Amino acid sequence: MATAAITAERENYLNQEYGIKSWLLTVDHKRIALLYLLSITFFFFIGGFFALLIRLELLTPAGDLVQADTYNKLFTMHGQVMVFFFLIPSIPAVLGNFLVPLMIGAKDLAFPRINLLSWYLYIIAGVLMLHCMLTGGVDTGWTFYTPFSTAFSNTKVIEAGLAIFISGFSSILTGLNFVVTIHRMRAPGMTWDRLPLFIWAHYATSIIQLLGTPVIAVTLVLVVLERALHLGIFDPTRGGDPLLFQHLFWFYSHPAVYIMILPSMGVVTEIIPCFSRKRIFGYKFVALSSISIAVFGFLVWAHHMFVAGISLYAALIFSALSYLVAVPSAIKVFNWTATMYKGSITFSTPMLYAFGFVGLFTMGGLTGLFLAALGIDVHVTDTYFVVAHFHYIMVGGALMGYLGGMHFWWPKISGRMYPESLGRLAALIVFLGFNLTFFPQFILGYLGMPRRYWQYPPEFQVLNVLSTAGATVLAVGYLLPMVYFLWSMRYGKVAPDNPWGASGLEWMTTSPPPTFNFDKPPVVTWEAYDYEHIPAPQEARSGG
Amino acid sequence: MFDTFPLWPTRASTTAGSVDALFIFLVALSALMSVAIFTMITVFAVRYRRRRGVAAEQIEGSTALEVTWSVIPLFIFVVIFVWGALIYFKERTPPRGATEVYVVAKQWMWKLQHEEGQREINQLHVPLGRDVKLILTSQDVIHSFYVPAFRIKQDVLPGRYTTAWFHPTRAGTYHLFCAEYCGSQHSGMIGQVVVLEPAQYENWLSGGGASGSMASSGQNIFQQLGCSTCHRSDTQGRGPNLVGLFGKPVQLEDGRVITADENYIRESILTPGAKVVSGFKPIMPVFQGLVSEEQLNALVAYVKSLNPSPSGAAGGPTVVPSGAKPQETKVQ
Repeated sequence: MATAAITAERENYLNQEYGIKSWLLTVDHKRIALLYLLSITFFFFIGGFFALLIRLELLTPAGDLVQADTYNKLFTMHGQVMVFFFLIPSIPAVLGNFLVPLMIGAKDLAFPRINLLSWYLYIIAGVLMLHCMLTGGVDTGWTFYTPFSTAFSNTKVIEAGLAIFISGFSSILTGLNFVVTIHRMRAPGMTWDRLPLFIWAHYATSIIQLLGTPVIAVTLVLVVLERALHLGIFDPTRGGDPLLFQHLFWFYSHPAVYIMILPSMGVVTEIIPCFSRKRIFGYKFVALSSISIAVFGFLVWAHHMFVAGISLYAALIFSALSYLVAVPSAIKVFNWTATMYKGSITFSTPMLYAFGFVGLFTMGGLTGLFLAALGIDVHVTDTYFVVAHFHYIMVGGALMGYLGGMHFWWPKISGRMYPESLGRLAALIVFLGFNLTFFPQFILGYLGMPRRYWQYPPEFQVLNVLSTAGATVLAVGYLLPMVYFLWSMRYGKVAPDNPWGASGLEWMTTSPPPTFNFDKPPVVTWEAYDYEHIPAPQEARSGG
Repeated sequence: MFDTFPLWPTRASTTAGSVDALFIFLVALSALMSVAIFTMITVFAVRYRRRRGVAAEQIEGSTALEVTWSVIPLFIFVVIFVWGALIYFKERTPPRGATEVYVVAKQWMWKLQHEEGQREINQLHVPLGRDVKLILTSQDVIHSFYVPAFRIKQDVLPGRYTTAWFHPTRAGTYHLFCAEYCGSQHSGMIGQVVVLEPAQYENWLSGGGASGSMASSGQNIFQQLGCSTCHRSDTQGRGPNLVGLFGKPVQLEDGRVITADENYIRESILTPGAKVVSGFKPIMPVFQGLVSEEQLNALVAYVKSLNPSPSGAAGGPTVVPSGAKPQETKVQ
């Protein structure tokens, strides 16, 4: 450690240039990743603030904290901000942006300027969304169901729709960049079966972004056209079909769940082998399961519509297909577990998040089996059961993975270590707070409490109070990492190049990496997760 | 009326029992699966925690294991799928002879009318132990008719009918919720379903000021709008004879054969040109915007009432619109 302190700081992507212009005009994927990190964190706290207001309103059965219309805007904007401005860009645009070129041994993404463009598109969309929220907001639910959104809501539907439309292009461009980069920019020797599974997960995600996002874009354009020009597309009084909207919306928005969860699975697949000192169990099956999730994910959208008025036979087919997509998810969970078998396991912060991910994702996945069962879905759809289920996947899963990844790669990104004990504490708080917030909602849902209710019958209060209590714990768990990450940038221990003794090319360059990632282009002659030949880090060995 | 802190919803319909059975099976299965996985993770985490001088053993994987843990879950999934589908099939198929209630949803109110003519708002009285079929439509946005105690939910769409049914098994008062977000007072669009003993129900039914059944008010509207000049009960009318039409296959001008259900009758009143019966000219005027949802419901109830009753089937006319494939009268 002493040597690290004495050595003058090497030139790296952070200190190579200074000044606001060097950031706003950068084409370095690592700097763009940090731009994204700042902006999605900003939106995360906005979305989280809405969530806290929602939970406070639901503390009592009566609608007393805010007006009904305000409440409707709160859950709408919570959903839109969290889905389109936090979860979808989160891992791909921050960790993916930073790591995809590093992991495959490239200097940058294939299209560095397009990468910067996609951040600017995100910012334009974000500013529009902020403007929409500050000047009245929107109350359609993040789902924009018609004809409410096109003919009845008197809020800023068009502006919100356009904001999401633009953010969609940011997402498409990121996906495009990744696909091309992974195909064309791999270092010599980095064959497809040597790719880290994080890359496979991002490859699968990018395919969904490329193929799915244009559909939501078109759908939102149709909503805007019907609302502004009164064309009859979805509104039955003008000859439209409201179910057509739901089909189009879910054709993207179901796969969008995989945009959120696949990268997170990729993160966990890096963390577990590292802290078990073992190669991943069943590399090919884990890689293949990412691709099959992406493919099958496109074939299950109407399971959101079992009570919407679709035909009996359509419902049967979509229920059956939904079970097919559950198989690759199950495969992943089994392989992660098997990877730990006969390992040499340590419990560092990223590993705790990975444990949390596996636990919460398993619960989210299992409750998905309930929802795909037609007879049960009729009772629990549009209740808090669904709310709990998708938060287990999207927050318990995707967000846990994101935080795990942030802790795992923070030394590489910032060149500093965060305080390990605080990290573990935060992971524990997040896990407990999350379960306290969302587990009661499963029970609430089965009892029959519908979602999006501003006021509710008094017998639901106890469970709602538990949930609100959990949300405050969760908030502490989320604030803590932000505080110590910021702290570590100045006061944290200087990070070694490979603090975890991890495999992967990103650990073979300096922390933080130089602007062009590697001093000399790497040549790969080994397989991914080659832990047999990588020594465990010093600290853990002596502490063992 | 309601518990202060329930952990399980009241079970008040035949469907509720079958939904709960599958739900309990799934809870047990999930508990088993999560306990198995979490135990394995814990055991591995403790047993294989890092120790000095003990290195990890590198294992590449096992195709046999991968196949096993893909096929076994798949098999279990098929069981869940079939079980869930069977329940759904029953939920989506209203039994014949059910009492019919027409539901019109609007922001933010439920308007209900029994086929006997009785009207209610945000309250539905039904008799214990009889099948009740709901024919639902919306005046504005999408709503959803949800009675947790019956485990039934059905979205209510503008511009078409959807149906649901239940068989109450327990007298009492139960929540009726709107479950599809519908605007400002979505959470205020709630009501009650009151299940009464049959005798009490008859009392209740005769107590209200209903002026005749829905079919009879439908008949009045049918006369007022002049429908009867063309839709005559013989074969001489310029429009198809409607007697015995409901539930029958209809041959259309474009060659399709469709079943005359509530949605077909509705569409044929509002936009008659959409499905023209074979052998007839598209001369009927459009009634879109000229009749209210309630009038439309009454008209549909009237057309349905033109079917011969199951007991007197032999005496009723078994007329199929001319040009249609002659069809034997099915047992109603």
